[in-house]
Amino acid sequence: MVKPVLHLIGCLALALPMLAAAGESRGEMAEVGDAERGALIYDSRCIGCHSLAANRIGPRHNDVFGREIGSLKDFDYSEALQKAGGTWDRAALDLWLADPEAYLPGQRMNFMVSEPQDRADLIAFLQQEAER
Amino acid sequence: MASIDTRTVPEIVPARRRFLQGAGKASLSATAVALLIGCETMASSASRQGASDPKKDVSILNVALGLEHEAINAYQLGAESGLLSQEVLPVAVLFQSHHKEHRDALMATIKTLGGAPVEEKAIGEYAKALGAGGLKTQGDVLTLAARLERGAANAYLGVIPAFADPALAKVSGRLAADETMHWALLASALGQPVPEKALSFGV
Repeated sequence: MVKPVLHLIGCLALALPMLAAAGESRGEMAEVGDAERGALIYDSRCIGCHSLAANRIGPRHNDVFGREIGSLKDFDYSEALQKAGGTWDRAALDLWLADPEAYLPGQRMNFMVSEPQDRADLIAFLQQEAER
Repeated sequence: MASIDTRTVPEIVPARRRFLQGAGKASLSATAVALLIGCETMASSASRQGASDPKKDVSILNVALGLEHEAINAYQLGAESGLLSQEVLPVAVLFQSHHKEHRDALMATIKTLGGAPVEEKAIGEYAKALGAGGLKTQGDVLTLAARLERGAANAYLGVIPAFADPALAKVSGRLAADETMHWALLASALGQPVPEKALSFGV
């Protein structure tokens, strides 16, 4: 009797952190973003393809927060972005960064930011840049 | 620098031509080998698995190709800037040759998968987008290169889960490793500290 109980406890001990991690990565939205940390994340993970002031592999980001989705006239968007409609607000950006393909199938970015806090920090940074 | 006319700019700096021609020959044969081995493997793997969405893989590979086009031009701008020392210039050119090999392998793979490779832009467009006109010292050039290499490494790591074909996901990991190697050497040359924590890439 003791062994099965210990086994169950062991399984739960292993499974709970995994479940918690899964819950962290999808479908949750951190409440507060830290723009300063978001700037560091941006410089590390986004700078490969994006800049604030210029279109590169991806579109410029200085005013992306609050911008209509797929609306820059001087950037060649995927059809998915061109037809998306809507605005890059906090909720849209969070869904997009969590899983771009799930949010807008046919997009080209495919880069996922799995941690809700990282997404919140990035969004806070982008909002700060847009409000400058 | 932003007004460079690519039709008249040689791919290499004249003063270093002899060295670079030698390097070019060496990288060409390496590229040919990489293409023959790497792309054949990638293509056969993709067709064998009947990858669930090759169009999506082509889309991801084309973003990667755009990134490689930019990296090649960024190093070209650095090489032509006159800011790099005799010791640093050959390393920059070597890194550029790695990116050219990446470009060639990506283009071949995209074509094999039935896609159309994204085209390179004029070097002046890269110069403008990267703010090359603001580069005043060797440190500025290396700092820009290090930022781009780290960003590229993270980009390649970040798209790994999106590939339909696991063989292409592995290639993305290998590309990330090259970019990380570049970043590590650039960061060392700049005197930047080694990251205190492990798993600092690809979060």
